[in-house]
Amino acid sequence: MASRRKITLDRRKVVEKILKDRGDILLVTGLGAPTWDAAAVGDHPNNFYLWGGMGGAVLTGLGLALAQPKRRVLVITGDGEMLMGVGGLATVAVQKPSNLAICIMDNQRYGETGMQETHTEHGVDLAAMAAGAGFQKYSTVYNNRELAEAIPVLYSEQGPVFVDVKVTDAPQPMTLPPRDGPMLKHRFRENLLGHV
Amino acid sequence: MGNKKSKNWHWSQDVHALFKKLGIEQVAYVPDGGLAKLINRCQADASIRSVVLTTEEEGVAQMAGAWLGGQKGVLLTQSGGVGNCINMLSMMQECRIPLLALVSMRGEWGECFPWQVPMGQSTIPALEAAKVIVHHVDQAEKVPETVHAAARLAFDSYRAVAVVISQRISGSGSRG
Ligand SMILES: Cc1ncc(C[n+]2csc(CCOP(=O)(O)OP(=O)(O)O)c2C)c(N)n1
Ligand SMILES: [Mg+2]
Repeated sequence: MASRRKITLDRRKVVEKILKDRGDILLVTGLGAPTWDAAAVGDHPNNFYLWGGMGGAVLTGLGLALAQPKRRVLVITGDGEMLMGVGGLATVAVQKPSNLAICIMDNQRYGETGMQETHTEHGVDLAAMAAGAGFQKYSTVYNNRELAEAIPVLYSEQGPVFVDVKVTDAPQPMTLPPRDGPMLKHRFRENLLGHV
Repeated sequence: MGNKKSKNWHWSQDVHALFKKLGIEQVAYVPDGGLAKLINRCQADASIRSVVLTTEEEGVAQMAGAWLGGQKGVLLTQSGGVGNCINMLSMMQECRIPLLALVSMRGEWGECFPWQVPMGQSTIPALEAAKVIVHHVDQAEKVPETVHAAARLAFDSYRAVAVVISQRISGSGSRG
């Protein structure tokens, strides 16, 4: 069980700090608020936003990381989305993609659907689940000092790495990125591969 | 390509060779008896990354990521696993991302496990409801050419395509 510590971090500021110096990372975001968070920082051709496919963010990241071993792949998703695909942590841990980083915006809520409590509100510890799956690098972040330590881990520690960031459930404005699937796919591939 | 008349020939031989020709670099699966030989061949091949999944829908998302990253993959699943994939298939349809899936049937030809029948009988309707194009094959000799046609439809026409391999070929479930 996770220890009960006060949650103060604002998710928009957290995602902004993570993406401020993003270099050439490839970003996959989970449906709902994590997608809006990334869009609020700024749309980017190296972003692939999931607008659906709940539970699929981490495995989309794995397929991408295996296909692009020289590029760092970051998945930012919600606690609810991660819980739906939590078996994927086992799949990732077995593959050991050294270029894959997973970061959870853990507000302990299904935010998008009305802020219902998720399992993490009741003590389910996602970082411990990642550890149990076999991740060597995992942490739970509660404050800016811990976030400052976690960001370099996301970018440059040997993967797979897992960081669960506890963020408040304060509602945020919806900032919508492009929503057309083929457009997002073509833009991402063209920027990465030089062809659609 | 193997000699189809030889007693030892198995379709997985030709399909594995085809995977190499097509440049398949990721294969994802939850095992099934009907796919075991193909899985073994892929696992033994260092040029193909074999990924064992906890549930088949992971493989759908993985194939989306692979395509985004410029690789082609194949999802291997038992018919029961199709039921685990339905929602994730919406990503392939909505983004027009290619998906090639090989589905080995249970609950169909000569099935002896009654619990396999409901999903087995729902497999093709479920795939079609999710707008996956289905190629059904019930002769071993025709599996390689069917996979080849499905691969072209998937990767060259950007479609989700499933090759549904009849239980008549694997004989699974008829042993009780
Ligand atoms: C399969 C499926 N079930 C339920 C939903 C409804 N839904 C949309 S977003 C969401 C909550 C996501 O929660 P989380 O990942 O924690 O993101 P948050 O909004 O809290 O940041 C749910 C349940 C859905 N889109 N798909
Ligand atoms: Mg949440």
